[in-house]
Amino acid sequence: MNAMRLAETYGAWLDRSQPLTFRFDGREYTGCKGDTIASALMANGVKVISRSFKYHRPRGVLSMAGQDGNTLVQIGAEPNVRADLRLIDDGMIVTAQNVFGSLENDYGRILDIFSRFLPVGFYYKTFYKPRGAWKFWEPVIRRMAGLGKIDVQASPERTDKQYRFADVAVIGGGPAGLAAAFQAAEAGADVILIDENRRLGGSLNYARHQPDYEQVVALRETLVRQVQPHPNVSILGNATCTGWFDDNWLAALVENRLVKLRAKSVVAATGSFEQPAVFRNNDLPGVMLGSAAQRLIRLYGVKPGRKAVVLTANDDGYGVALDLVEAGTQVDVVVDMRADEIRTELVAAVKGKGVRILPGHMVYEAGPGAGLRSLKGVYIDAIADQGKIAGRPSFIECDLLCMSVGYTPAAQLLCHAGARLEYDETDAMLKVNEETLGENAVIAGSVNAVFDLDAAIKDGARAGHVAAGLAGYAASDPAPAPGKAKMPDMLEMNTGEREPPHHPWPIFSHPKGKEFVDFDEDLQIKDIQQSVAEGYDDLELVKRYSTVVMGPSQGRQSALNNLRIATQAAKRPSHGLSITTQRPPFYPEPIRLLAGQSFQPMRRTAMHHRHLELDAQMTSAGHWQRPACYAPPEKRRQFIEQEALAVRNNVGLIDVSTLGKLEIRGPDAAEFMNRMYTFAYTKQPVSRSRYVLMTDETGAIIDDGVACRMGPEHFYVTTTTGGIDTVYRSMLRWNAQWRLNVDIANVTSAFAAVNLAGPKSREILQSLTDDVDPSQAGFAYMEVRTGHVATIPARLLRVGFTGELGYEIHVPSSQGEALWDALMSVGKTLEIRPFGVEAQRLLRLEKGHIIVGQDTDGLTIPQEVNLTWAIAGKKPFFIGKRAIDVLSTQGLYRQLVGFTLANDAPMPEEYNLTLQGEEIAGRVTSIAYSRSLEQSIGLAYVLSDQTAAGSTFKIKLSNGQRVDAQVAQLPFYDPEGQRQEL
Amino acid sequence: MLKKSSLPLSLPARHFSGQGRLKSRYDVVIIGGGGHGLATACYLAGDYGVTDVAVLEKGYLAGGNTARNTTIIRSNYLTPEGVAFYEESRKLFAGLSNKLDFNVLYSERGHLTLAHTDAALRTARWRAEVNKHLGVDSELVFPDEIAKLCPQLNLSPDVRYPILGALYHPPGAIARHDAVAWAYARRAAALGVEIHTQTEVTGLKIENGKVTGVKTRRGDIACGKVLQAVAGMSSEVARMAGIKLPVKTIPLQACVSEPVKPFLDPIIVSGSLHVYVSQSARGELVMGAAADPYPLYSTRSTLEFKEELMMHLLELFPFVGGLKILRQWAGMADMTPDFSPVMGLTPVENYYIDAGWGTWGFKATPVCGKRLAELIATGEVPELIKPFELARFHRFQQVGERGAAAVGH
Repeated sequence: MNAMRLAETYGAWLDRSQPLTFRFDGREYTGCKGDTIASALMANGVKVISRSFKYHRPRGVLSMAGQDGNTLVQIGAEPNVRADLRLIDDGMIVTAQNVFGSLENDYGRILDIFSRFLPVGFYYKTFYKPRGAWKFWEPVIRRMAGLGKIDVQASPERTDKQYRFADVAVIGGGPAGLAAAFQAAEAGADVILIDENRRLGGSLNYARHQPDYEQVVALRETLVRQVQPHPNVSILGNATCTGWFDDNWLAALVENRLVKLRAKSVVAATGSFEQPAVFRNNDLPGVMLGSAAQRLIRLYGVKPGRKAVVLTANDDGYGVALDLVEAGTQVDVVVDMRADEIRTELVAAVKGKGVRILPGHMVYEAGPGAGLRSLKGVYIDAIADQGKIAGRPSFIECDLLCMSVGYTPAAQLLCHAGARLEYDETDAMLKVNEETLGENAVIAGSVNAVFDLDAAIKDGARAGHVAAGLAGYAASDPAPAPGKAKMPDMLEMNTGEREPPHHPWPIFSHPKGKEFVDFDEDLQIKDIQQSVAEGYDDLELVKRYSTVVMGPSQGRQSALNNLRIATQAAKRPSHGLSITTQRPPFYPEPIRLLAGQSFQPMRRTAMHHRHLELDAQMTSAGHWQRPACYAPPEKRRQFIEQEALAVRNNVGLIDVSTLGKLEIRGPDAAEFMNRMYTFAYTKQPVSRSRYVLMTDETGAIIDDGVACRMGPEHFYVTTTTGGIDTVYRSMLRWNAQWRLNVDIANVTSAFAAVNLAGPKSREILQSLTDDVDPSQAGFAYMEVRTGHVATIPARLLRVGFTGELGYEIHVPSSQGEALWDALMSVGKTLEIRPFGVEAQRLLRLEKGHIIVGQDTDGLTIPQEVNLTWAIAGKKPFFIGKRAIDVLSTQGLYRQLVGFTLANDAPMPEEYNLTLQGEEIAGRVTSIAYSRSLEQSIGLAYVLSDQTAAGSTFKIKLSNGQRVDAQVAQLPFYDPEGQRQEL
Repeated sequence: MLKKSSLPLSLPARHFSGQGRLKSRYDVVIIGGGGHGLATACYLAGDYGVTDVAVLEKGYLAGGNTARNTTIIRSNYLTPEGVAFYEESRKLFAGLSNKLDFNVLYSERGHLTLAHTDAALRTARWRAEVNKHLGVDSELVFPDEIAKLCPQLNLSPDVRYPILGALYHPPGAIARHDAVAWAYARRAAALGVEIHTQTEVTGLKIENGKVTGVKTRRGDIACGKVLQAVAGMSSEVARMAGIKLPVKTIPLQACVSEPVKPFLDPIIVSGSLHVYVSQSARGELVMGAAADPYPLYSTRSTLEFKEELMMHLLELFPFVGGLKILRQWAGMADMTPDFSPVMGLTPVENYYIDAGWGTWGFKATPVCGKRLAELIATGEVPELIKPFELARFHRFQQVGERGAAAVGH
């Protein structure tokens, strides 16, 4: 039995039949199933769980709800695990983070001793003098950064994501959330209730609320019993809602999974965070929130301390005191910050246990044990004025101090959705400004500043009713309080309206400091004040300068007190002021859960497996896989040349299925084409194809391809492999403005396509088609036919990217492989050779055809790449026309030219620079050795006075060497274009 | 309620004050209290003795894109104009802490732009060649060398987009973004510049094509010259001057992880995977991706941004799966067609512009301040920023930096 473990009447979340052993900081401990790391350690009397970020001070349990940065530990490769949330496993190895030496003896503690030399903004003021000093200090400081460690060998599992839909999502399964879920479900709405705990009920699981705890237990059971089996309610337990995005798109971490949920309306019943008081040494292990002590007792059966003092400013502190006494902790005194003695049933019950009550007093300082590792006692004094004590402190020995001095709404999610928190000076709390609530958002319970239990349940019921209405389920009657009929006594059990349970100024500065406002970042009162004094007086600037609220807890325990201290220091009113922007996520999200399964799609053409059978080396082209060449890697270059020669001299076959394909249909199809592309299409005859060139508004080339006029109102258009998405999106966007009567369909994956190219291509096609006459007379260059190839319905285009007689054959994707097989089979006797992208790039280079993206850049205009002929001068408009017209009047700055190299010249690489003198003229965009021409040829940008055929310019190699290149006429091969028009 | 008493205060020198009284006239009014505006004010006062300057900021000091960027500094651009400009900025950055007597935590980390495709490899070579030719330290490196520079990267060929090479830029750096703005603000304030936060400009007074005054929520001001430096709202403010900008404003998102012990030294950028990531001095991973797909005036963040970014991040660093995302946010990027900024004269006399800062504004903070101050003080457009004049768009003479944008947009 653990030293601090309570009897079995406590610890509702434990399964004591299953003891578990784990290691922490090198020692072995035993807990039981249901224990968190922190509760198991506390049960073993271990109070120090971490060391603080900056000063390496020992820290222990603060919230016991995973809402602070005090209990961050490392488990294997996982850094920054919240020890007060993570359940223990048998054999689990837990280590301390951010320690030099051990958790118990951390040499980093020296920083605490020197802390007065480390004021806020310290880094900005030091280490850079003299010049060069920073180079020395920076690596030293960098080593101090960070908390946990990353294991660079780890390989995380990949998990799925889940999509959910609801009429009403209720976030938070406390009393208000349960009431809301029930009410909305009764109205007929499909409800998803998201709760972060293992058991529904929220504070009803641990908080006292009133002297008779049995009634609280019964109330929890009644509320849960109404909701849990309700047919309209689905419960997401153990689920932390981390983000509330546009249109009620919620993200939730549910155990090992990211759940994404769309709801018509959302009820935020997210509760509130208990706030710490600020006094000297308020961070010692043993100083914790009242609710943390109650969680330890009720949920985990842990006695939080042997001898306790309770600091309170509300009735909840008396509940804590009562719980402690009943659990066997000696409570000598309740220090109540309120000036007047309070008379309620709870107070009376505490008094009845012999506990002394000290109204109008404050804990001014906590006394540390050795090495700040424990609490030895507290100094108590009467409050003289706001933040001031009378000056007659007395010391009370204790090892536990519980703080119940106020709450702040857990409104982070609401803020993601656009809500604003504002400080209310009268109630001394932050409140959600209702007018700023997002669309179809409702709030209930303590996040809505309703702290009385009875009122919170009613507020929840109201919210559920409203949310159901927003989701389209208007209940005929006004909302009855849920269970009112069934449990009237319970709803009356509370004492009615209460004073707001927040003290306006639980902040007492000490001449020696160490009154922590922000535990994550080790920030004291003077740090906040100094930020303000130095001019960083806006809360956003206080945050950025001091780093307050920037740590792992994102200000849950510090934002409120920071607001109070900073506004006072700035002598500004705090009323109506907001805290710094709350950003997603509400709770840190593991990267692997956000990533989910990696979805990196890869597209394969219909002939993919044929390519593999032919030993193709595949290459990526956008999402697609294409054959680069059909060769073993060591013979790559040689085979590419052979493939190209086969096309020049015989016949080759290339899979061009990856080309983008579009169907443009409708009465305005030709007009649409005319606006999208630079060329003229209104008079393009049916059954003819035409080059298409697309420019953007600045006249820059963004894509090219071929347009086939299939009918008067029907164009079939190809784009580059990589360009289709941009082109298609651009077409849709433009036509959204133009409203032309045209239908635009992206049919890229509907068609497979090949290019059958080479002098013998006609022979092959001849034997595979009955209804298309492939002769020059029957099917001239740039004409289009529909018919059948190997009985497969096909669109045939006579085009010539390679510069040879050739036919592009487009067939339904399902028939792609059959088409390939038929062509290869018939071509066998003619020694047909499949060729890949590399050979095609060489072939087109020999013809001087550009590849958009490689031979163009973001600014290339048609004139620069000899495509002036593709601009229809008489058209009134096309995208980019105005820019091109303006640029035409200015003379070209640069031009793309063909060039050749001397045969003994070293080979430049693509995108080596071209020079004029020592100035950059442009770059080589394409270069290759051509077997057909027995010469190295290429394309390059040069300045427009360097373009004369036969003149030379310099290319600068990567090693700095200069190579002479000679400007050549384009195309290099078959300048008359006779071969493609055979 | 208890009566308020003030806490004991030790009062060190204020770095600046945001809430003084507005005068009725200033020689120079700078609209926008971000890094650029503050730097310009600082150089105006420091280098040219122009101290009758007011910086007007709508919100809190440097709370716009200065507060939201991912702090990367580099000069490995594509055009000679861009390289010269950003290289001067990088050099100014390197000496900034000492010059301004404020440690901006400038940290040279080395910058790797990964190439996963042949096309990206070509662009990397292009940039390396241009950089080298102009004396900027850049080179194209291949996986064996990348493994030495960043051994944590997943260099396996058996992934969807293997790393084929990278543009390596050793001087690539990060700095504390806020500190840069504060350092300029502090120095400017010490030299007599007035900084007015929570002072939104609502209109301009323009007479005979010449700006003569600025209207604010706190009253009207007469002025000699005006500079607008309001990244993210450039089109809206320029509209007050009757100027239409070739700018699309697109949200750009970013996020940070919880702090962990340093494990990542260089800055890693992958255009193909839409990722850029560095580890800050606090130990957080600072991450971003491509700009959002459509223009919008909003700084709401999205879930999809994180999901996609993290999926790609795990391709590069499979071991960070257990690390947690702490905070995400968005800024607004004023994108120009050529991915270069707009600086200098406008059709309105005495009205100067500093806009079009897309995703590359922070790294230009010092040079922008220095050269715009020169322009405002002397009336002469410095050669270094001449290529970036607004009028270039009327002539369609762009400074094409798309290929060198951090992430393909």
